[in-house]
Amino acid sequence: MNEINKIRGKTAVVGLAEAGCGVTPGWSAMELMATAVHDALDDAGINLSQVDGLFAATAFHSMAAMSLSEYLGIRPKFADGSNIGGSSFLAHIITAAVALETGLINTAVIAYGSNQRSAGGFKTISEPMPYEADYNPRMPVSAYALAAQRYLHEYGAKKEDLAQVAVSARDWALLNPRAYMHGRGHLTINDVMSARSIVDPLGKLDCCLVTDGAAAIVMTRSDKAKDCKSTPIYLLGAAMEHHHRMISEMPDLTRTSAFESGLRAFEMSGYNPSDMDTIQLYDAFTINPILFLEDLGFCKKGEGKDLIKNIGPSGSLPVNTSGGGLSCVHPGMYGLFVTLEALRQLRNSAGDDVGKRKEGGWLKDPKLSLAHGNGGVLSSQVTNIWGLEETI
Amino acid sequence: MPEILTNQVGPEKQFYDFLSDGKIKIQRNKNTGEFFFHPRVAFPGTGERELEWVEISGKGIVHSSSCNRRLPEKGGDFNLSIVKLEEGPCMMSSVLGAEPDQVKIGTKVNARIENTGEKLRVVFDIAKD
Repeated sequence: MNEINKIRGKTAVVGLAEAGCGVTPGWSAMELMATAVHDALDDAGINLSQVDGLFAATAFHSMAAMSLSEYLGIRPKFADGSNIGGSSFLAHIITAAVALETGLINTAVIAYGSNQRSAGGFKTISEPMPYEADYNPRMPVSAYALAAQRYLHEYGAKKEDLAQVAVSARDWALLNPRAYMHGRGHLTINDVMSARSIVDPLGKLDCCLVTDGAAAIVMTRSDKAKDCKSTPIYLLGAAMEHHHRMISEMPDLTRTSAFESGLRAFEMSGYNPSDMDTIQLYDAFTINPILFLEDLGFCKKGEGKDLIKNIGPSGSLPVNTSGGGLSCVHPGMYGLFVTLEALRQLRNSAGDDVGKRKEGGWLKDPKLSLAHGNGGVLSSQVTNIWGLEETI
Repeated sequence: MPEILTNQVGPEKQFYDFLSDGKIKIQRNKNTGEFFFHPRVAFPGTGERELEWVEISGKGIVHSSSCNRRLPEKGGDFNLSIVKLEEGPCMMSSVLGAEPDQVKIGTKVNARIENTGEKLRVVFDIAKD
């Protein structure tokens, strides 16, 4: 067994929260993030003074972990503000698990916060890419559009297939009162296809929301986890990989490093894709879930366009059950919200009160969930596999 | 190990200096002959530092292409493509000489240097066979 596999089942999330998802004028990114941290600690029944590991990344703070720790008034023994884009937090989970298991820290908080919508729109701290900036790409959407065009070309997929992803996401959002687009009605394939094009083939409804929002989770070692207020959700598998930073450097526009991260995460967990009761994928654009379902092993290359016909509430493969980045929330870096939904479905299954949803919004007795994060332009890929105690 | 040469500039500046001289050059591994783009101080993935600049043929194929929608008052729609060079590497560019949304994947294209007034950049025209 690889050394890294020693972290399987050894740590758990014992608290989670989100704050200010939607539109929150008058609140700063830090205020939203700190609110989520305090609420997550309350959920766990852990005092702030016990937090000795802090992980954070935002598009508002160059040294997010330090700024957050000062704001909270704590002195972490270990902090990590690594930024690999929207998947950063799923990578922080790996670092936190190792730091917890080795005894470097005892209680980890992982956090994110953004008030981008109220502060004027999509917020990025990404620099212009050398050799690409000369052509005025609109990043990140131009990059995802180039990958999508190539996918349509290679596998005979159609814009209708991309649209299906947005339609399913909206159907899930209609069941989730927390979703930004809850109550906004069904989408049809035609609605998505006739929306204003941003970068062909991606129209406005193929692109994620631009909202405010913050999230936080609390992690500890499994032996301590049972003393907490909430049902612990155990980390069974975790892996990451990345290659390129610029889309023009991506070795194959239709194959992401999720192939490798997924393989190693499943290997660590001892489970297979078919064992997952729910799948949460980073859906910044409609092409993403199609590529990730293929690369993570839920189907073969080119079959994602068919599989996504089954990912809605009435389908057999529950994907992005909150409504996803397309219809629930997307405050710029979405990774921690992918994680929150993977955890909440299991917490609800265990009987915890994690909010009300309409019939079908909470899945029936899920025990295992997958959270997959993406960062940059299909660049960093991080896969986490979560389970209830009986799955360890 | 080769030291940083103070009598020459880094590979990024060299690339643009070649464009100023009217030449599109990319680097290749001196030992294996394998080309790469973008310019670097060492061969990607292996770290080999024995590199040389070679002028490209200019021939390429559209690997992916998209039309970026933009308001007319901001310059209008424009094409953004990834072109696979005959030498092997891909680069981001714009394919000109066609409607920006009518550039098909697989189309043969030829490179040229364009002076936008602000900068020099490599763009591609659709090949006339």
